[in-house]
Amino acid sequence: MATDGLHENETLASLKSEAESLKGKLEEERAKLHDVELHQVAERVEALGQFVMKTRRTLKGHGNKVLCMDWCKDKRRIVSSSQDGKVIVWDSFTTNKEHAVTMPCTWVMACAYAPSGCAIACGGLDNKCSVYPLTFDKNENMAAKKKSVAMHTNYLSACSFTNSDMQILTASGDGTCALWDVESGQLLQSFHGHGADVLCLDLAPSETGNTFVSGGCDKKAMVWDMRSGQCVQAFETHESDINSVRYYPSGDAFASGSDDATCRLYDLRADREVAIYSKESIIFGASSVDFSLSGRLLFAGYNDYTINVWDVLKGSRVSILFGHENRVSTLRVSPDGTAFCSGSWDHTLRTKNYLFVSLQVWA
Amino acid sequence: MAAGPASHGGLRRAQRPHLSKMERMVVSMQDPDQGVKMRSQRLLITVIPHAVTGNDIMEWLIHKYCITEEEALHLGTLLVRHGYLYPLRDPCHLELRLDETPYRFQTPYFWMSTLWPAAELDYAIYLAKKNIRKRGGLFDHEKEHYDQLHRKISHTWDLVVMQAREQLWAAKQRRKGDRLVIACQEQTYWLVNRPPPGVPSVLEQGPERNSCTAGRVQMPTGPFQTKTVDFYRREVECLRKALGRARVKSSVCLEAYLKFSSQRGPHDPIMSGCLPSNPWVTDNDTYWAMNAPSAAVPTRLRVEQWAFSFRELLEDPVGRAHFMDFLSKEFSAENLSFWEACEELRHGGQAQVPALVDAVYQQFLAPGAARWVNIDSRTMERTLVGLGRPHRHVLDDAQLHIYMLMKKDSYPRFLKSDLYKDLLAEAVVPPKTKRRVFPFMRKPRHSSPSPALLPASASREPSGGDGEA
Repeated sequence: MATDGLHENETLASLKSEAESLKGKLEEERAKLHDVELHQVAERVEALGQFVMKTRRTLKGHGNKVLCMDWCKDKRRIVSSSQDGKVIVWDSFTTNKEHAVTMPCTWVMACAYAPSGCAIACGGLDNKCSVYPLTFDKNENMAAKKKSVAMHTNYLSACSFTNSDMQILTASGDGTCALWDVESGQLLQSFHGHGADVLCLDLAPSETGNTFVSGGCDKKAMVWDMRSGQCVQAFETHESDINSVRYYPSGDAFASGSDDATCRLYDLRADREVAIYSKESIIFGASSVDFSLSGRLLFAGYNDYTINVWDVLKGSRVSILFGHENRVSTLRVSPDGTAFCSGSWDHTLRTKNYLFVSLQVWA
Repeated sequence: MAAGPASHGGLRRAQRPHLSKMERMVVSMQDPDQGVKMRSQRLLITVIPHAVTGNDIMEWLIHKYCITEEEALHLGTLLVRHGYLYPLRDPCHLELRLDETPYRFQTPYFWMSTLWPAAELDYAIYLAKKNIRKRGGLFDHEKEHYDQLHRKISHTWDLVVMQAREQLWAAKQRRKGDRLVIACQEQTYWLVNRPPPGVPSVLEQGPERNSCTAGRVQMPTGPFQTKTVDFYRREVECLRKALGRARVKSSVCLEAYLKFSSQRGPHDPIMSGCLPSNPWVTDNDTYWAMNAPSAAVPTRLRVEQWAFSFRELLEDPVGRAHFMDFLSKEFSAENLSFWEACEELRHGGQAQVPALVDAVYQQFLAPGAARWVNIDSRTMERTLVGLGRPHRHVLDDAQLHIYMLMKKDSYPRFLKSDLYKDLLAEAVVPPKTKRRVFPFMRKPRHSSPSPALLPASASREPSGGDGEA
């Protein structure tokens, strides 16, 4: 490491310009194999018919903004977290609340359901990710069994269990992602490369199960090798923060939603952006995206309180859903694709001092 | 709502892209040729020029962006709620009314991007003016704020009152029409910046996000500077590798989506419905019972899905079990067992690693092992060496080798086998439930969607054994 100040500045400037010129070359290389646009290829595909999706369940119980939710593998339970620190586990089919825990911090921006269905993970402004085993024992206090797993130096923005209950992947406002061993809290791998807060991540449904994608405030979406910690691919075409990333069901592509009011599709084999989902009338950021099971539809929740449904292949918007009274903060399709759940910042004034906030399940 | 730490040079983080887009929108709405048609609005005895009605706005939005009425109303409402349009009558609620209520475009001086965050002093002056102009003219929440501010900045309160009086006096010198307009503009500004209780604040943005631009902040030398050098070194490294990457032609990649989506379409409940019915729509969860992870007789769609890819066969517990049966008949079941053990190692707890590695070695890799797996000699050598220092990735190479072996060899044979064919033949195709609602109409044979009968929100008994945590 250089010790002389001036030398450091030189290195910095030359590195910067080298990075810029490499980026330019990379874009040229990527363009060489781009021989057709997605909507052209999709011309032969039948247009989608009339689209009708309605709210089938409204989950009321959070007293404040819902920030995040995740489905259980049983296809009906969900965990949701909110601004006031409450984390609730619901059987959303019956709308019964099954568990509730209050975190010691506010703004619980991340929550995840363990693959076994036996635990949940959550975190936010406490800079940590904690795991709570779920128990139906009336005598047990859920908070007592809490395990503190991840430690970051800034807020936790996203978390996800890997293929088992034993490992957790986290993304943080400190600009890094990290993989942790749940039992011991040991850091297994850290991922550096984002130039600003990391806001989202998603694990790849690949055969080798070794990569994940993250998106951040540096407008970059980066694909990582979980084993080596290296960035494998990076994409920088968004014009603002990337709030959400989600893999296409085949694992060959992923979609992103950003504050620049667009959603984009990036193909990993072609190594480039292949579609932009945008409309002049949509000017608020997309906060959360997810695919339907076949990958034909992309559901995106926006900060203008709406959910837009996009035809992934044709690039057109299929439908717009109004159902929330404030920004949609989280949206996930259920594991078997029968429905999707949206959470938002809205509240409905019922009586003078009593506020509801809703999570909705659509099918 | 309060501003976070000082902005990191340059544009305030608070200037979200949607604000500049809204501003461009209202500017084009005011275009003399292409904009919303304006009229003069008579209010009592004054005439206010350049007013528009809610309907005008909606029509313009519908026409310009090719959207429906519902969407136009929503968009127009957002413009009003963000203070870019204000009603000239009853400016206490920022809503887009579709009656003859006249609206005007907010002056850029009061735009959210210009004058943000709202200064407490300005608010104090505004409230003081309101208070002076009309005793008891403050709303409850405004009274509270007024008292709070009075306590907080009591030492400069004389200044506040003086300013308020001066502004009121200056306003009196204006024409009535101007006075009215300025009052509405100001009121709208404060409705946006200090919303009454029960009205969500459009200013809320969530926790502060620090965006470090590529230029980075000029910080004194120290850890931050060092990190910057590291950061760029890493980026350059990543970019160099990316340049050397093998890429596939777009046409090939995009064709794959078409194939994937059309193959999966029938399996996508939102696209094609599901049999017997979508539980969320009919409240009948038979669909889940029939597709439970350990269902005795899998459905036809499910068995078909095992043929889509090897990964999907393995991901389904029932599929995997049948595949294991098939491998047993071929005397290669140890391959799948080995693969499962490797998965456990890779995704399991760190504490179990040494024991697990040892167990795998004893069972699958040691010479003369009971369930010895056939790995090529180079991979085997590398693996055995690696076992000296066990870690969760030590079996990755071996696992991949066996996975590929199964995928290229056993899997295709499985799909052609009698075992699989029988499974397909015996698979269940559930009967349709009557009065089902299909969210999607793609094929003519699906009946047109009947109106969904939304259930009463009585508590429902959880049925089916699928959901116990």
